[in-house]
Amino acid sequence: MLFLAAFACAAVAQEPKRPSPLKPGPEFQSPDVRALQADDFANPGMLWVARGGELWRAPGANGKRCADCHGADAASMKGVAARHPRHDPSLGRLTDLAGRIEACRSRHQGSPDLARESPEALALEAFVAHQSRGLPVAVSTDGPAREAYERGRSLYVARVGQLNLACTHCHDERWGRTLLAEPISQGHPTGWPAYRLEWQSLGSLHRRLRACFFGVRARQPAAGSEELLALELYLADRARGLAVEAPGVRR
Amino acid sequence: MSRRHFLRAAGGLAAGAALPAAAQSNRILPVQDIAPLIARITGGRPVEKRDVTVELPSLAENGNSVPLRIRVASPMSATDLVTDLHVFAERNPRPFVAAYHFGPVVARAQVDTRIRLAVEQRVLVIAALTGGRFLSGETHVVVTSAACIDEGI
Amino acid sequence: MALARLQVSPSVRAGEAVEVRLLVQHPMETGFRRESDGRAVPMNVVNSLVCRLGAVEVLRAEFGSGVSANPYLSFWIVPPASGELVVEWVDDAGVKGRVAATIAVT
Repeated sequence: MLFLAAFACAAVAQEPKRPSPLKPGPEFQSPDVRALQADDFANPGMLWVARGGELWRAPGANGKRCADCHGADAASMKGVAARHPRHDPSLGRLTDLAGRIEACRSRHQGSPDLARESPEALALEAFVAHQSRGLPVAVSTDGPAREAYERGRSLYVARVGQLNLACTHCHDERWGRTLLAEPISQGHPTGWPAYRLEWQSLGSLHRRLRACFFGVRARQPAAGSEELLALELYLADRARGLAVEAPGVRR
Repeated sequence: MSRRHFLRAAGGLAAGAALPAAAQSNRILPVQDIAPLIARITGGRPVEKRDVTVELPSLAENGNSVPLRIRVASPMSATDLVTDLHVFAERNPRPFVAAYHFGPVVARAQVDTRIRLAVEQRVLVIAALTGGRFLSGETHVVVTSAACIDEGI
Repeated sequence: MALARLQVSPSVRAGEAVEVRLLVQHPMETGFRRESDGRAVPMNVVNSLVCRLGAVEVLRAEFGSGVSANPYLSFWIVPPASGELVVEWVDDAGVKGRVAATIAVT
């Protein structure tokens, strides 16, 4: 009985305390960075969105364009980014927006895979994600996605690296405080792909997550790996209701 | 998690992250002598320290992209106008940042851009006016080190 | 793949000042950066840029490595007549770029 009580206690400790109220990423950025994101002309991420629009209307390997099926203005893509990552029945696994675009390209255009983080992959992802700007994150964590969601939560609370820190220690327990001069955010994935001043380029959420693992001196899971997809799903669930901002700007 | 444990761990994160930045600033810390660059513009004529506003955030979160607005109080009339702006950051590895040359169609002596600042420093702008006159303005900017840096991966 | 954006009000009243905004996709390599395999990335910046309205030179600029990646520039003009506003630039590798917008003076 005592053993069971102790076990139940440990299980409760597994569920991290979520941030309240939810605050999107820009609230932890300087006024200048916020203004840059809000300026649709000067936001450098819009260069990738514009490039993605060109690729959307350009023929793939078999001559078919994204625009042929989904429309030239991509209005049909509205809300798609807000629902990713999701369990894709046709692929039989959890996939993020980048992976979904790849699958579509190879299946319907016969196009060779774009490397993750390549300028073209980022441009297409930014273009599609931009269509969901302002819409609330609405991922599904039930049914076939449940297992990945729970794996993502385990990763989120697991201590890793030489610094022996878990995501939850900074982003649930200490958001709003500072590390050197930087405010600690709540760790919401709503602005990605985002233009990061540190990178001087647009980059994916998985690149950002890998940087976090690097920061605590931990082994970095590969971009597109099951681990990062699961973690992304857990993060999206934490951010449920916050608006998609892509392309965001971060310091 | 105890507060002490967190502080120790987070301190490690911050200190570890700060190291490369500190090493970098040592390499580029010396103020470069920009007098020859200025002399090439002015030809040795005097520069008055007035009427040039150099707008920069007093504290920049990331030196890779700092918003800069330059404004010169000038009527921009046919006979009294700003013809050129020269921007210098004397603690950058290369102090020359940019130069702008205005044609007669330019309506205001104003430019907005974004610049790189390697470390905390003074940004200096020299404005050339008609009649061989020169004005200057400057602003000091603090550039903070990033806590959450990563390798270019 | 020189991608750029140029923004200016398409219709302007005679004598009115309008803002011209420019954003160019370019890494503005400083020459101080290294690839993960240790190779130095050579310096390559957009070193000069010129903006013309018809045959009139509006603005010329020279950039060093102190200009941020994906350079942004804004300035104000009074267009004397309708025409095509053209911005052209070249980088250290000799790659040229061009972007244009039409202004109608009414």
